[in-house]
Amino acid sequence: MTGHPSTQTAHRDASQEYEILRFEHVTIAFDGDPAIQDISFQIRHGESLVILGSAGSGKTVILKTSIGLLRPESGRVFLFGEDITHRKELDLFDLRARVGMLFQEGALFDSLTIEENVSYPLLNQKTLRCTESEMHNRVEESLRFVELEHTLEKFPSELSGGMRRRVGIARANVTKPELVIYDSPTAGLDPITANNIMALIVKERDLRRATTIIVTQRFQDGQIMAKYRYDREQQNLVAASPADVAGLRLMVMKDGRLVFQGTQQELEQSRDPYISKFVLRH
Amino acid sequence: MLDILKGPVLSIQEFFVLCGRTIKSLGRRPHYFPDLVAQMDIIGVGSLPIVLLCGFFSGVVMALQMSRALRTYGAVTQTGPIVAITLVREMGPVLTSIVVAGRNSAGIASELGSMKVTEQIDAMRALGTDPVQKLVKPRLIATSIMLPCLTVIADFVGLVGGFMIAHFMLSLTGSEYWNGAYRALEYNDVAQGLIKPFVYALVIAMVGCFYGLRTTGGTQGVGLSTTKAVVIAIVWIFVLNAFITQIFVWLAEKGLGLS
Ligand SMILES: Nc1ncnc2c1ncn2[C@@H]1O[C@H](COP(=O)(O)OP(=O)(O)O)[C@@H](O)[C@H]1O
Ligand SMILES: [Mg+2]
Repeated sequence: MTGHPSTQTAHRDASQEYEILRFEHVTIAFDGDPAIQDISFQIRHGESLVILGSAGSGKTVILKTSIGLLRPESGRVFLFGEDITHRKELDLFDLRARVGMLFQEGALFDSLTIEENVSYPLLNQKTLRCTESEMHNRVEESLRFVELEHTLEKFPSELSGGMRRRVGIARANVTKPELVIYDSPTAGLDPITANNIMALIVKERDLRRATTIIVTQRFQDGQIMAKYRYDREQQNLVAASPADVAGLRLMVMKDGRLVFQGTQQELEQSRDPYISKFVLRH
Repeated sequence: MLDILKGPVLSIQEFFVLCGRTIKSLGRRPHYFPDLVAQMDIIGVGSLPIVLLCGFFSGVVMALQMSRALRTYGAVTQTGPIVAITLVREMGPVLTSIVVAGRNSAGIASELGSMKVTEQIDAMRALGTDPVQKLVKPRLIATSIMLPCLTVIADFVGLVGGFMIAHFMLSLTGSEYWNGAYRALEYNDVAQGLIKPFVYALVIAMVGCFYGLRTTGGTQGVGLSTTKAVVIAIVWIFVLNAFITQIFVWLAEKGLGLS
């Protein structure tokens, strides 16, 4: 289990200075019903954050708020150290270009081919423009990563749910963003496909050392994030030493409130009835 | 009481906010020309068959109805002018707009609505495009170019339909009909015949986009938005038609009818 030389960890510690995302007492309500209430947390470069919570607990709302797709009613949001709480939509695009996001159902554009979908951020984000051939290379590389390089010309409707999710992962990572956000990457998938998706996410996290936020209903997803790392030599997931995943934190949401924040160990030892129920139930 | 009004007032306010953002986006780059061309194809070329059919048969029906009345006064030669004026001022713009509203307000609302509920709109924003710029603007421009064109075409095939009746049932000659029709039209008629479809195009596109973009509640919500878009667009076309007609009547009375 332990004893892996953790060169990766050393890297992480060195670059752990700057802050990627910070929520300060953020509350958002829809028609008077609060979806998230008084949420505060912070994530630094190289860390990973797993947000656990049952359906409707406000996980998606947190993710959308973090890149300015939703605006806080009160509280403040900082992305890459910049206050985006009241920033104009058009002024957000340069910051969003540094974030990759997988939406809950993939949110692929169904009028575009897989290639066009994955190249969309490269084409449309001003700060990321590149030449045609470079773009093609990056799209192929990104799709090869999720083992879908043969689907370039297909349309999203021709792919299975798991494949669409993988294309979504490719699209979120094609720009090599500093922060990658995954919204319920395993929701609605069978356990085997779900584990494959999680393996891709861990691989992406460890190969690029991207700051990763993942939201999920499955307790196992958090465990995979906490207990495995990608090994370059074996080209596979291997058990991680505690040092490898020192940058991992978990949060548990309940009805729009943050009821737990801490490490995997702390989560497993928690005496809180709701949290322990959450942990044991899965 | 105030609570009942709050919903509609908020909607109208949101609608004008969207209109404002769209106007601002008109001059701003990028312009997404391929999307504009695609929309012109869908809205313009796609609506052509049904517009042709409706235009032709409304001309036919009008000539049939008129001929009976005109014959009692021995004025069948007036068929051309009457068909022309009614078509160009009212029937052409309103019928074409309603057909296009049924087709394209619905089409736009359901397309943008499904994009909204599947988070594709959010994905666009996350991936560097402004949905107003990328989706609303091309649809607005395409509709406001294509609808006046479609109206002119509908007017023309309507006149042809009227001519068929005038020629084969009322035995008018081609020159009697067409000269009468041509001479009856004043600039005032032509102006309102073009301004009306332009204004209704704005309504069709903006209402379709508005209801599409505010869709919530999954596939059921998409159906709801689509229905709302069509109903609201058609109601507004009728209301605005009354206003615009009144303005042109007033202009003509003042002798400012550009004639
Ligand atoms: N656009 C919206 N309009 C109204 N209510 C919303 C909207 N988005 C989310 N909500 C509400 O906010 C709450 C949290 O939603 P969400 O973050 O999507 O939950 P989940 O944890 O399953 O991702 C839910 O009660 C949902 O109904
Ligand atoms: Mg969700």
